[in-house]
Amino acid sequence: MNDKLPRWVDLALIPLINLILAFLVAGLVVVFIGEDPIQAVRLLLVGSLGSSYGIGFTLYYATTFVFTGLAVAIAFHAGLFNIGGEGQAALGGIGATLVCLAFDWPHWTLALPFAILGACLFGAAWAFIPGYLQAKRGSHIVITTIMFNFIGAALVVYLLVNVLKVPGSMAPETRNFAEGTHLPFMHEILGVFGVAISKTPLNLSAFLALVGAFLTWLLIWRSRLGYEMRALGFSEPAAVYAGIDPVRVTIIAMVLSGAMAGMMALNVVMGFQHRLVLDYVGGAGFVGIAVALMGRNHPVGVVIAAILFGILYQGGAELAFDMPNISREMIVVIQALVILFTGALENLVRFPMERLFVKSGTRTG
Amino acid sequence: MDIDVFVQLMGSSLRLATPLLLACLAGLFSERAGIFDIGLDGKMLAAAFAAGAVAAVSGSAWLGLLAGIGASMALSVVHGLASITLRGNQLISGVAINFLASGMTALIGQNWFHQGGQTPQLTADSRFLGIQLPFAEGLSSVPIVGPIYSNFISGHNILVYIALLTVPLTWWILFRTRFGLRLRAVGENPGAVDTAGISVVVQRYQAVLICGLLCGISGAYLSTGMSAGFVREMTAGKGFIALAALIFAKWKPWPALGACFLFGFLEAFGIRYQGFTIAGVTVPVQFMQALPYILTVVILAGFVGKAIPPKAGGQPYVKER
Repeated sequence: MNDKLPRWVDLALIPLINLILAFLVAGLVVVFIGEDPIQAVRLLLVGSLGSSYGIGFTLYYATTFVFTGLAVAIAFHAGLFNIGGEGQAALGGIGATLVCLAFDWPHWTLALPFAILGACLFGAAWAFIPGYLQAKRGSHIVITTIMFNFIGAALVVYLLVNVLKVPGSMAPETRNFAEGTHLPFMHEILGVFGVAISKTPLNLSAFLALVGAFLTWLLIWRSRLGYEMRALGFSEPAAVYAGIDPVRVTIIAMVLSGAMAGMMALNVVMGFQHRLVLDYVGGAGFVGIAVALMGRNHPVGVVIAAILFGILYQGGAELAFDMPNISREMIVVIQALVILFTGALENLVRFPMERLFVKSGTRTG
Repeated sequence: MDIDVFVQLMGSSLRLATPLLLACLAGLFSERAGIFDIGLDGKMLAAAFAAGAVAAVSGSAWLGLLAGIGASMALSVVHGLASITLRGNQLISGVAINFLASGMTALIGQNWFHQGGQTPQLTADSRFLGIQLPFAEGLSSVPIVGPIYSNFISGHNILVYIALLTVPLTWWILFRTRFGLRLRAVGENPGAVDTAGISVVVQRYQAVLICGLLCGISGAYLSTGMSAGFVREMTAGKGFIALAALIFAKWKPWPALGACFLFGFLEAFGIRYQGFTIAGVTVPVQFMQALPYILTVVILAGFVGKAIPPKAGGQPYVKER
């Protein structure tokens, strides 16, 4: 399979062509709607990268997608397709919220470690059950994680409406967190050093996302557990023959994946909204699938892909404002095309490439 | 609970079960042939939009139905291309199709009708309306049999009856025809089918297209039968409940009818008795909504009988050379 192709073709050229195809089709959709795609791209880039305001929002969205993208990538390495990021992130939100509401925290530095613990624990718990059922009972992880998205959504609505809601209020959201839990915003952090940027939701979590990406890299390529995960993902019989316990590795991979998805709560709930609102995840769990596929499940790729999706989210909002014919759903279409071309239709490019390179190179088979 | 209320509840269960049943049988054809399809929801959504839009513009529910089937089958072709011809990941393809439908319907809908992604309200003659079966009026005064006949069996629109007839038809096709035998065989052991000189590719494409056809009817039912027009995200996860029902029914047509009716009943019951009390404990609405998914997980976990999918499901077939 892979040994037919030079490494650079496999790792760089094919994903790039797939991505270009996805954006070409997206451009055709824009033409079909009757707008100028070049102008649309220009507006998108100006809206997302043209000012410190735009960049702040872009990186804020990107932070969220790094967490959900890494979550999908970690599970992928162990051969598991975790579609449950949406539900795990929703539960992570509950975990972080409970920590933030539990005490009148004096300072965010004290609240942060416990909030991380809460978000990770709840996100991990929601991934543990599908992981356990896959490992022990052979229930297909894709189906169970889909089901757990729906069950999680219902559970969060129940908790918000019946338990966590402000008494007497109609809105299904919690009370505001105490000042002492608010993570510092980037404009505040940079303000200390005398750098003035626009006020945006971008906050300390952006650094946590980078730490998360680094730890994921350490885990996957520099640890024994990561080796076991990749071996299991590559071939289960071979992994078992090598003495790897598939039950243990499957469950651990899912738990780590769910914890990473839960971490997005820090960025959105603790970093920006300062309260838990209904459906705070808003599809970010699913964006993680596109981000992981596009980033080839490598932390560096995930960070790059997450920034690209941040650009799409922020720029798309500005674009919808300037070109009313292109509504925000265009982002969902692009997301779908990225998943389709870099994931499902990957062989559209790979097969001709293999033919090309096998013909020109020496035959080994 | 008196008989009238009970019959009404059964009637609305049947109406709510219909889109699930059509989508469930759609998935059954596809998965029995070895092609996993988690894009049922997307195909339904695309069909609901196409049917609602075309019915609104043309004034004909039947043209709407055709458009719905067309849209759904177009997505099936994409799924077939990805998972059969290009031997890609079927699950990823399904995810992509769901997002594609979700984005495109809202985008085109807003662009076409400028009503926030909705299609215009359909008039009565551009919808599928309930039809009275013979003697429904006359029999309604007869005790027990009367209300059951006139409120449960009669009075639904034509697509409900089509869905019900699809159950025996699916059973007959799968288990009593050569086509069905081959379809099941490519889902269990494609190599053997290939050895017998039958094309696995053609067989699987046929299954995927049938899946598109049925999802199309299911989607059209949502926008032109159950309601009067398309609303954004109107499937509301029904395609996933259908998928759950398919597992619940262990990939068999008659149990599929039972599972879909059960899930339809849970929904109807949840709508009618919001937050009802049982043994002093109030059951939250959200629990009723989550129940189909919880039941499916329990079934999947094998605590109540094991659900075993077709053996070659999800694996692309590579012909030996």
